[in-house]
Amino acid sequence: MSANGLVRLIARVGRIAETAPPAPSMIAGAEVFGGSVNVRFINAGGCSDCALEVASAFGPVYDVERYGIRLVASPRHADVLVITGAVTRNMVEPLRRTIDATPTPRFIIAVGDCAITGGAVADGYGVLGPVSSIVDVDLEVPGGPPEPAQIVQALRRITGR
Amino acid sequence: MTALAASLLTELIVAAVVVLGAFTLPARWRSPVSGLGSVVLSAVAATTGILAMTGIGGALSVRTTLAGALTFAPDRLGGLFMVIVSLVGVLASLYAMRSARGAETSRSGWAAWVVFLASMQLVPAAADMVSFLLAWELMTLCSVLLLATGHRLRSSVASATIWYLAMSQLSFFLVAAGFAVLAGVAGSTSFAAVAAIGSGSWQVDVAFVLLLVGFAAKAELVPLHVWVPRVLPEAPAPVAAAMSGAMVKVGVYGALLVCVRLLPAGPPWWGVLIMALGGASAVYGILQASVNSGLKVLLAYSTTENMGLVFLAVGAAVLLRGLDATAAADAALMSAVLLTISHALFKTTLFLAAGAIEHATDETNLDRLGGLLRRMPWTAAAFGIAALSAAALPITSGFVAEWTLLQSLIHGSRISGTPVAVIVSVAMPLGVAVVALTAGLALLTFVKAYGIAFLARPRSAEAATAVEAPLGMRVSLVAGAVAIILLGVLPGPAAQAVASAVFTNPAEVVRSAGLAGVSFPGIGVLLDPATLALIVALLAVPVLILVSIVSRRHRSRVSELPWGGGGSRARPRMQYTATSYAEPLVRVFDDVLKPSRDVQVTHLGESRYLIERVQIEQRMTDVFETRVYRPLLNVAERFGVLARHAQNGSIHRYLAYSFVALVIVLVVVAL
Amino acid sequence: MIGAAVLIALVQVMLFLFLAPLLVGVMRQVRSRLEGRVGSGIWQPWRDVRKLLRKAPVRARDSSWILSIGPLALLLSSLLLCVLLPLVGALDVPWISSDLFVIVSVMLLGVVALALVGLDAGTAFGGMGSSRHMTVAALVEPTVLLAVYALSIPAGTSSLSVIVGTRLHVPSEIISPVSVLALVALAIAIMAETSRLPIDNPSTHLELTMMHEAMLLEGSGRDLAWLEMGSWIKLTVLLGLLGNLTAPWGILTDVTIGSVLLGVAAITVKVLLLGVALSVGEVFLAKARLFRVPELLAGSFALALLAVTASYLVA
Repeated sequence: MSANGLVRLIARVGRIAETAPPAPSMIAGAEVFGGSVNVRFINAGGCSDCALEVASAFGPVYDVERYGIRLVASPRHADVLVITGAVTRNMVEPLRRTIDATPTPRFIIAVGDCAITGGAVADGYGVLGPVSSIVDVDLEVPGGPPEPAQIVQALRRITGR
Repeated sequence: MTALAASLLTELIVAAVVVLGAFTLPARWRSPVSGLGSVVLSAVAATTGILAMTGIGGALSVRTTLAGALTFAPDRLGGLFMVIVSLVGVLASLYAMRSARGAETSRSGWAAWVVFLASMQLVPAAADMVSFLLAWELMTLCSVLLLATGHRLRSSVASATIWYLAMSQLSFFLVAAGFAVLAGVAGSTSFAAVAAIGSGSWQVDVAFVLLLVGFAAKAELVPLHVWVPRVLPEAPAPVAAAMSGAMVKVGVYGALLVCVRLLPAGPPWWGVLIMALGGASAVYGILQASVNSGLKVLLAYSTTENMGLVFLAVGAAVLLRGLDATAAADAALMSAVLLTISHALFKTTLFLAAGAIEHATDETNLDRLGGLLRRMPWTAAAFGIAALSAAALPITSGFVAEWTLLQSLIHGSRISGTPVAVIVSVAMPLGVAVVALTAGLALLTFVKAYGIAFLARPRSAEAATAVEAPLGMRVSLVAGAVAIILLGVLPGPAAQAVASAVFTNPAEVVRSAGLAGVSFPGIGVLLDPATLALIVALLAVPVLILVSIVSRRHRSRVSELPWGGGGSRARPRMQYTATSYAEPLVRVFDDVLKPSRDVQVTHLGESRYLIERVQIEQRMTDVFETRVYRPLLNVAERFGVLARHAQNGSIHRYLAYSFVALVIVLVVVAL
Repeated sequence: MIGAAVLIALVQVMLFLFLAPLLVGVMRQVRSRLEGRVGSGIWQPWRDVRKLLRKAPVRARDSSWILSIGPLALLLSSLLLCVLLPLVGALDVPWISSDLFVIVSVMLLGVVALALVGLDAGTAFGGMGSSRHMTVAALVEPTVLLAVYALSIPAGTSSLSVIVGTRLHVPSEIISPVSVLALVALAIAIMAETSRLPIDNPSTHLELTMMHEAMLLEGSGRDLAWLEMGSWIKLTVLLGLLGNLTAPWGILTDVTIGSVLLGVAAITVKVLLLGVALSVGEVFLAKARLFRVPELLAGSFALALLAVTASYLVA
């Protein structure tokens, strides 16, 4: 796109983000972050449905970044691990390592029914179990997949904004 | 007999005694005693040098039947180089005492070492051409012997020795020829007589070019540097340190002898020639250093770079003096000497540290090192400080020297606002660009060398089990590193002392300023690293207080693995190596470096779309060796083959030759 | 004179410690707005740093003290730049030199510290970032020094305070061809030094496209905080320098309360304006391929060389 076209697009579209719903209550222990939360996203073996919803939560429409939440490239930078999908056997070790690599204090959010209970694939031969069988989960976002708005609300319970 | 002459005589006697000791002592005592003797010898030579720098004068004449009287009478400049060479000698000898093994500890090994040091220290003391050339050749031959000590261990030593012998004899021949021309013009072989002839005639120009190329070969400049990357990696660590730290300085001394003492009023084109030679060497040397993965090869090429910068500075000095930009010329000359001193210190330390690594791991290939910081903390610290100096970063001696060079270059093109000359207006910006590119690449080179060797995880079993070098070797490393920092923080007094050896009006060229900084009043610039260090210390206080508060509240935690994407195969082999580190640079400078690449793809039997194995081989070659020397050698070889046909050992053929020759003689006589 | 210099240095350090996160916040906010987002507010970088200081850093077993000291070295080198550069005031104090070669080398110390941090843990990404970062740094250096040379010619010195002072008194210097060429070259070099588009993408999450970010991957907690602060301060002071070279007005040359306030206000406005311009510009740019970057840098080098040569033709 030409620079001119880009300028016109920016002018025409203006603000895409929807208005923010009222802030939910903060969960205990998240005050330490003081309104800045870095998220590392892990797909532990899901079908990518939930992953798509997480991606749209970070897109311009739901715009979770306005609450001080950012996606980061390394668990070393992360405060929150957002995990989707039931944990498959091949992802157990990488998931453990990712959790170990995340500095404390940290929060774990399981997004989607598969991550919470194992869902439809709970009995699959390659599935070890829900996320809670590996690590204690601090927040659960049920749904198969959940709406981006629900994911946004869960993350806002950690930033408190 | 003056104190200077007495000191020179003491030096010769000490050398003779130590050589005698090396030949008579039993093997058990040889290394400690000869090593200590070499340290004493170097200390005496350093004292001689300091005496000469004070300018007291005095000469030592040795009458010989063959060469007449050999006269050694170091002037101030010679004294300065005696000190530089001797200090390297002290460091390397201390180290060699503990590190020598195998053939290095033999009688001839130690004797060659002592004679090598002594002759190297005598070259700057020589007062006439014959003594100069004699000491020079003695130095070269002894270094050949020292290099050859390892020939039983590796076959590559033999080829390195031959290259070295050929190149150093070429250098000797050129220097001797240059001196011969000068002697012919002056009618005498003494330097004092040559200094009186002045320049201007074509004979002097010829002599200058011969001498420049001869000394450049010793100083490892392009295109005569081809022996360096072969020889220095093969030589034992103290020998490599002495060759790179001290012997090439004798080449620099030669250049200064010609440009400052013998023919001080050279025309500007001499300066341009020296600058071009130096600039090309600097860029080419550091480019090769930055893409090479052998630690000692890298250091060897970096020597070419540093000597290139020295010659660039000397060239700028000659050019600017020829055009009457005296203040900038003096600063440039000063920077040449500072670069020389700084290089002597850091390159000696670097080569000795590389030796310590080799001692601990039997490995100098960076791709197989790693994680040595925890296992060899002293070596790591010394190498780190020397590497900072090589990369010309504060607060080291290298930074002061390179800063002086840059200042002299940017102030050289104008005198109080008016351009000096067109040639200067072109040469100085290009000089700045060369220095800057060199500095940038040196930064990458030494970050690579330090980061790959000392940081990260060990890339081989040898590196994983390395142990720190013994105390005897560490002493030299630490002493070298301390000297680098001292010169870097307090350059003022040292620069003044050096200036008094080079200039007749030292106070007008350089002064001590600030806490112990240098200032060049002629071009109005000042550098005070101690103040910088002080400001950093002041800034560090609140930062460190904050750090200690925060770290007491939130303790750090150790995790087993670095973050490598969570994969279960985060093996040390997956780390970046020196080769991969330099890969982007190889691509950027592909046209200059011309690496040879070989990619072999093995397909699976069933389908061409599936690949079983990919093998990639990339070799860095020296363009000068493959494009210049190889064709020359091929021509020589062809002549050799022809000669072999002519001389096949058959007596009949020789009789036929004699007959033909006789016939020709008779015919000629008959005509 | 010394007292005034110390005062100005203190003011500059305090101001830029405060201004650097603010600048980054403003730049992110501008970008968010242009993308149709709301943005997390201009104080977000402050919150990020505060939070990082409250976390317990994680360090790999095979990493060395470089991982904890390197970030501090980067921060200190950036703070030293705040002291040395003429930002709020251009006082020419003989001992505390704002000599450009010194400043470049101080900046390079930070570059080296960061590159070593990248190599320390022994990961593929860290080494990759470090290698690319150093390659760019090596190629940028000739441009920086030549641009400096060009700028130093009218003032007859490489001291930045004097250069800025000269431009303040003779504004026609600023729009001379030499100066314009040198400034363009310097601006490109600064983009490369501070890892901005099109050389590097500061907001990428893809490791293989990273340069600067790849070296930070192993940092956590306060280690990361120092690295971020150090990089932000470096960006801010360099923008401040560029601002003072193009528009020196407002910089103080003698110390009174009024002039200090004016100086602080002037540099804040200049830095923020340049930051907004940079942020808007980056919306229109995509990251260049790594092996196209040398071409860009060669171009800026040519501009710098042209600037130096032009100074002899014009003069």
